[in-house]
Amino acid sequence: MIANQFNGHKHEGTLRSVLVMAVLMLIIGFMAFGSTIGHKRKVMQGKPIAAKDSVASVKAFEKVYAVLMSPRCMNCHPAGDVPLQGDDSHLHAMLPKRGTDGKGVYAMKCMNCHQPTNTPGLHTPPGNPNWHLPPADMKMVFEGRSPYELAKQLVDPKQNGHKDIKKLKEHADDDLVLAGWNMGEARTLPPMSHAEFKKAWITWLNTGAFAPKEQ
Amino acid sequence: MITLNINQKTYKLDLDPNTPLLWVLRDHVGLVGTKYGCGVAQCGACVVHLDGEAVRSCVTKASRAVGKKVVTIEGLSENNSHPLQKTWLELDVSQCGYCQAGQIMSAAVLLRENKNPTDQDINDAMAGNICRCGTYLRIKEAIKFAAAAGSGEKV
Repeated sequence: MIANQFNGHKHEGTLRSVLVMAVLMLIIGFMAFGSTIGHKRKVMQGKPIAAKDSVASVKAFEKVYAVLMSPRCMNCHPAGDVPLQGDDSHLHAMLPKRGTDGKGVYAMKCMNCHQPTNTPGLHTPPGNPNWHLPPADMKMVFEGRSPYELAKQLVDPKQNGHKDIKKLKEHADDDLVLAGWNMGEARTLPPMSHAEFKKAWITWLNTGAFAPKEQ
Repeated sequence: MITLNINQKTYKLDLDPNTPLLWVLRDHVGLVGTKYGCGVAQCGACVVHLDGEAVRSCVTKASRAVGKKVVTIEGLSENNSHPLQKTWLELDVSQCGYCQAGQIMSAAVLLRENKNPTDQDINDAMAGNICRCGTYLRIKEAIKFAAAAGSGEKV
């Protein structure tokens, strides 16, 4: 009886050990399998998950801000409904209005003067096939924004034209953004090349799109 | 060789497609109602309609007009019967008259899009048309009269 009881305990102990081992194997198996799926997902998306780095992000945004606040970008992102003009960002001659779609009003639509390409000569309208301001229901104002305010605004889909991070990255190569570096004769270019700007823009977004501290 | 539709007529023209539409109209087609003012889209004397929009023909290349409808002051109406042309004559708007073709073509776009414009609408629409004689008050009055004539109201 005693021996039987002893034997019974021995069998129960063996069974428990086998069960514990089986559970451990399952857990290890799931972990390994899950890790493989995660790895495949990363590879399929083709983009490494960047580490958030507030220092690098804010540093990159300094360059981004310098470009976006240059006249070539800011002049079409005014605080009011009249675009700005010139290196001193004065109100556009003739006071054309934004209109609901950002393309002007009545006889004063942007494309009435701004042609699909730059018009040769000094003081002639620069051109682009899609010349416009942001629309009235999403003005995307740059003028007067602090670095903190602009950084926050740029990543807010309710204020940036409903763009997620992927679309924001693509926007660096938008035709009208590129036009900032091709504005016709005698207009000062943004303070760095488009390639440098794009690098800073992508770096800012990839490192967490941190906003500089509020001044 | 390019083909343009101007005032509902088709023209086959042997010219550089980069030629400003203004010079196509004046020098190649002989429609001299459209005037040269500044040449850099600053004054509005050269306004014509391109598919209904009030483009400045001095900076608009002929190539942009291919496949579209060009309307000049000569083609705005038959027998000067557009309400704006009639009120322009009734109110004796013009002084020297040089800018008035462009003024009327811009005003025509305004009235097409807004049958009952306010003073602010008129200012917004006409801000790009300069008149060195200073006929602005009569222009505004004429636009209001034309709008009222179109709606049957008295001003």
